[in-house]
Amino acid sequence: MNKDLDTRNTKVMNRFDITSRLIAKLKHEEAVIGGIGNTNFDLWAAGHRPQNFYMLGSMGLAFPIALGVALAQPERRVFALEGDGSLLMQLGALSTIAALKPKNLIMIVMDNGIYQITGAQPTPAAGVADVVAIAAGSGLANSAWAADEEDFERLVEEAMSASEPRLIAVRIDDKPGVGTTRRDPVQIRERFMHGLGVREPL
Amino acid sequence: MAIAEQQASPQAAQASGDKTWHGIVLQTLKRNAISLIPYVPDRVLTPLIKNLHADPFFTTFATAREEEAVGVVAGAWMGGRRGAVLMQTSGFATLANVLASLAVPYQIPLIMFVSERGTLGEFNYGQSLVCRTMRPVLDSLALEHHTITRLDELEFIADRSIKQAVTTQAPVALILNPLLTGGKVFDK
Repeated sequence: MNKDLDTRNTKVMNRFDITSRLIAKLKHEEAVIGGIGNTNFDLWAAGHRPQNFYMLGSMGLAFPIALGVALAQPERRVFALEGDGSLLMQLGALSTIAALKPKNLIMIVMDNGIYQITGAQPTPAAGVADVVAIAAGSGLANSAWAADEEDFERLVEEAMSASEPRLIAVRIDDKPGVGTTRRDPVQIRERFMHGLGVREPL
Repeated sequence: MAIAEQQASPQAAQASGDKTWHGIVLQTLKRNAISLIPYVPDRVLTPLIKNLHADPFFTTFATAREEEAVGVVAGAWMGGRRGAVLMQTSGFATLANVLASLAVPYQIPLIMFVSERGTLGEFNYGQSLVCRTMRPVLDSLALEHHTITRLDELEFIADRSIKQAVTTQAPVALILNPLLTGGKVFDK
């Protein structure tokens, strides 16, 4: 265990609580992309909104999907929620985002160091790698750990008017998600497109 | 180093002006309002990629992996902007999971251009093997795919396939065969 990581001055928070705090701050139909598993289960549990998109597979693609939404709708803020294990699958996406610099994209990493949903096995990065340092090294200068819940809310507010993409990392506990997303991919996609004003319902 | 453009097929060599395969692909993308082009590069695709970068109509950029590019165009589609992904055969081989868990079940009209390696003069055994996995994967998901070998058929196949993908909300793979592009050949 790396001692520098142990002494990181960040509180261990809870995914559902943090997700609920984020949703409560959204007043302008911001898009939210929920990564696979617990990340989108807690997004679902925080209260469905038409601008939410829930991934039922394609582990690691929350940030790329959010990047696509951000490039399609540059006037809308787009949040992406991703787990640390998922992010490890697609670290290259951080550099793609850093190169394109979409000012309306905000990435949130829920880091508990484990694959909670598969049996809480530690990730290869647990205790040795630092998500914020990886993001900064990938070219995302505006990357920060949230020290506690209030700091998280402050970072979200800051990101609302940022001129560059932001990454906020949150240390979370080992609790499972508190809800279960309805696994209806076509309806999820269609409702999301209605929520983004791309389509009208039939 | 001999490069693909210098090894053009007889059809490509006879073409003039923008009636090159890559000129036709670019114009067909534009006509169908496809403006977002993430790619993982390929030697054969180089003239297309270069011209896409040079045209401000397109937002063209490299991604680290092909599935990342698929995620980007899926998100863009849902946000109201059309995209297409460029890759080579070995890159397609990394996509089974994202096709089966994102593009197909969410009914995303994912448009893929795949530069075909592994056949008609391949010099790398691994490329020839991975090429054999491509059509079985496409067929196993019942995905629309066309192998384009002739310059005079390219525009029709590409234009119709893009329109079909959009209207049926289903992915399509357009496989650019060495007969069309010249492919990549062993030079030393």
